[in-house]
Amino acid sequence: MRARWIAVLRTPVGAGAGVLLFAVLLLALLAPLLWSHQASAIDTEHLLEGSSAKHWLGTDNLGRDIFYRVLVASRTSILLALVATLIAVVMGLALGCAPVLLGRRAGRLTTAVVNIAVAFPGLLLALFFAVVFGVGAKGAVLAIGFAGAPSFARLTQTLVAGVAERDFVAAARIAGVGRFRMLLRHILPNIAEPLVVNATIGAGGALLAFAGLSFLGLGVQPPVYDWGRLMGESLNGIYVHPAAALAPGVAVVIAGLAFNLFGEAVAKGFGVPAMIGPRLRERSAETMPAATDDDEAVLVVKDLYVSFPGPITPVRGISFTIGKGEIVGVVGESGSGKSLTALAVAQLIEPPGQVRAAELSFLGAPLLGRLAVRSTAAARRRLLGTSFAMVFQDPMTSFNPTKRIGTQLAEGAREHQGLNRRQAMARAIDRLRAVRVPAAGRRARQYPHEFSGGMRQRAMIGMGLMGAPALIVADEPTTALDVTVQRQVLRLLETIRTEDDVAILLISHDITVVAQVCDRVLVMYAGRIVEDLPASELATGARHPYTRALLAAVPDLDTPLEEPLAVIAGRPVDPAAMPSGCAFAARCEFAEDRCRSEDPSLVSHGPDHQVACWNPQGTAAWQARYLGSESIRTGQL
Amino acid sequence: MSELRFDGVAVRFGTGGRALTAVDGVDLTIPSGQVVGLVGESGSGKSTLARAAVGLTEPSSGQILLDGVPLRYRAGERRPLQMVFQDPYSSLDPRMTVGDSIAEAVPRSAHLLGVGRRRGAGREDAGREGIGRQVVDRRREVGRLLELVGLDAERALAYPGALSGGQRQRVAIARALAGQPDVLIADEITSALDVSIQGTVLNLVRSLQRELRLSMLFISHNLAVVRYVSDIIAVMYLGRIVEVGPAQQLLNDPQHPYTKELLAAAPRRGTTSLQPPDPTVADAEPADPHHPPVGCRFHPRCPIGPLVRTDREHCLTIDPTAEADRRLHRTACHHAAGAPQTAMAPHTRRTFP
Repeated sequence: MRARWIAVLRTPVGAGAGVLLFAVLLLALLAPLLWSHQASAIDTEHLLEGSSAKHWLGTDNLGRDIFYRVLVASRTSILLALVATLIAVVMGLALGCAPVLLGRRAGRLTTAVVNIAVAFPGLLLALFFAVVFGVGAKGAVLAIGFAGAPSFARLTQTLVAGVAERDFVAAARIAGVGRFRMLLRHILPNIAEPLVVNATIGAGGALLAFAGLSFLGLGVQPPVYDWGRLMGESLNGIYVHPAAALAPGVAVVIAGLAFNLFGEAVAKGFGVPAMIGPRLRERSAETMPAATDDDEAVLVVKDLYVSFPGPITPVRGISFTIGKGEIVGVVGESGSGKSLTALAVAQLIEPPGQVRAAELSFLGAPLLGRLAVRSTAAARRRLLGTSFAMVFQDPMTSFNPTKRIGTQLAEGAREHQGLNRRQAMARAIDRLRAVRVPAAGRRARQYPHEFSGGMRQRAMIGMGLMGAPALIVADEPTTALDVTVQRQVLRLLETIRTEDDVAILLISHDITVVAQVCDRVLVMYAGRIVEDLPASELATGARHPYTRALLAAVPDLDTPLEEPLAVIAGRPVDPAAMPSGCAFAARCEFAEDRCRSEDPSLVSHGPDHQVACWNPQGTAAWQARYLGSESIRTGQL
Repeated sequence: MSELRFDGVAVRFGTGGRALTAVDGVDLTIPSGQVVGLVGESGSGKSTLARAAVGLTEPSSGQILLDGVPLRYRAGERRPLQMVFQDPYSSLDPRMTVGDSIAEAVPRSAHLLGVGRRRGAGREDAGREGIGRQVVDRRREVGRLLELVGLDAERALAYPGALSGGQRQRVAIARALAGQPDVLIADEITSALDVSIQGTVLNLVRSLQRELRLSMLFISHNLAVVRYVSDIIAVMYLGRIVEVGPAQQLLNDPQHPYTKELLAAAPRRGTTSLQPPDPTVADAEPADPHHPPVGCRFHPRCPIGPLVRTDREHCLTIDPTAEADRRLHRTACHHAAGAPQTAMAPHTRRTFP
């Protein structure tokens, strides 16, 4: 919290605005003490004079020095603006929080009242109140305060509603926390920042409004004076002595800017988290061989690194190849780098993220590196557009909610395949049918919200099938779906593979999902592949302690009920503090000194089976050592 | 511990054409000291039922009874039911320390009640002491709860931001236990966690339940997880309980086709392929809860229903829920086995098969 305020003051705008605001407030505090005598001294010999050495900005109709009057007026102007802001904030908070305190029915009434009040223009409301409360400083303060309240109330209501539907508020209600306590302890602290920011900006607005009212003669009355009144008084002589009218105007502008800029700087500082570290420039990748010797390979990844400024490297040198029509699963905990691998393959890592690889080629064409010729860049885009498909986890957010499903499917085909509108739409309907969306023709004209989660995921896969894909990268495609629907989607992927010979890279945190549909499984831990094995061997032949622990940790319908579930002790490795040895050593019960000092690399253990472990389990050597001991530690609390 | 009973509970949202009956006449009993596992897909009304039980949603009809007494909620009172939420990232106030969040749920006279007394020695006379003593007691109670869920007592000073997902969920459980609930409700408490952490949370829930003899409603979409913690399993589909029975019995001899489908979809050790269901209904879409099908609610997806077997037209018109009491596991399916003749007396039949 404090760190963020300091960070705000470190930005150029924040620092400038902070200094300006401090100066303005200091002036408001000190000017009347220092100069009120000069400001009220009547000099009958110099009435309505222009600027001179004695009177920098000239004099008014009683011969008083306008420069000093502007300085001294700062206290009245700023004080009144702040009081008006205070009224607006307090009233706004009261109105905005009322729905929480009063319950549903009365709350709805206050919301309606606020909604109506917001519809009136603020200045009109201020003029109205100024007439009601009578002409004078008090009336003007009340008027501006009340006029500012509705918008503040509206903001509070919105923020409160956002926080109130979060689970911790529900949890507090269940715990028996009363409404008032709920407001003070849970709601207000969580909305304080935007409110403070808006109050600061509001103070600038109040200052301006006050100047306006005083200028019109509805604000402070003689003998008290503020910037608005000074401006009004000097207006008659504006063609003769412009400085006298402009000076209070400039003062209003400076003070208003101080408040507004400060508010903006704070808003920026609290709204968007500042980026850590220097922004790295994207380097072109190392030189890559143009094509692979393996014709069957759809995707070749060699030594892939993904790094972010910090510097952290969540993906640390992974290599794998996907053949034609092969389904390869990638499993691991969150933070293991599996999704970043998928994004890197799909060319979706945004700067400042950086992708490096010894080779990253798709259908024999390199994906990384700057291309000299423009036509090859276009060719690469077309290749990715037609032969490569991506399916994301959340089918709710991967479609544009304002466009029909059919149109969204057709878009890509028109772009990459040069079909006209009708042909593209026909193809879209055909593809929806291919992914077994019932009544495809009718559903193509529907919007995403009319689709259920499972159907939307099918449509997403259908979108990938608009071209003739050679590879579908599916990043947790079933995680947001129910078990029965999940099975449908997995089966659909399997069918597509069989029918169209499409290779699929399936990313999942759920090892049972991967075991069900994949040919080969890559187990990732801390940005590395720790085991690469055929899915059929997963249940019996896994060698890496982590793979075994993952398998044991997932309860299935045969898990013994009387024993505690197996757990993996400890926490995943922090990518910013990677240990020197095997990343899993700290959580591994078989870890030895060597594991903590040397990082094991992937070593072949039989056909199609690779393990990165100094101490692979289930081997003859392992059995001799650990015979009789439990292979996986059954966790205690 | 106490028995929680849902008696014909319905929850409706909205009015007119956009009305949605999320929970539709649910009868369910959580016997004292037992865990009832509630499974069903998203939108089946599981969470709405839980929210109705803890007073976050008002049932539009029916009653929720705790030991035979209807529950009534007023703001600011201790609630006999506590709930653990799905997402540990949003269920803890980011601006409050973990200790404050837990302390808030500790009842004012914590040291005089249930759990606190059993475990804390020499606290019986604390009731007469001053407020200062109460604050100390409260802090001690927070430390005790944190240790109960396997965290260090010093963690009380940490903010949720400094904790991992699994640790947060432990804190959420500690907070629920701080309220000294008669019944604990766990709503998908592991679905936001990594599999490696899910195990520790499930172990914790199970050992706490056994140690404290908690009555518990455990909600999850994952049948394997529910099986692991539950004594009784209830299956929910489109707002209704379609089958309920003792866990092992229900899993060994499922009656409702939906239960069978859930079982088929759940992972089993060593399965490497997907078992194909009947192609006619294989790609059926889940029903729209705004317009539930008439007759049997499951019939558009049912592999033994009218879409597959043309002679079963009664599924299209007759609601099987009415006769459910007569069938094994109170199954809402016309084709389920009948209840054994040695069935219990009629007054218990509603609560237990």
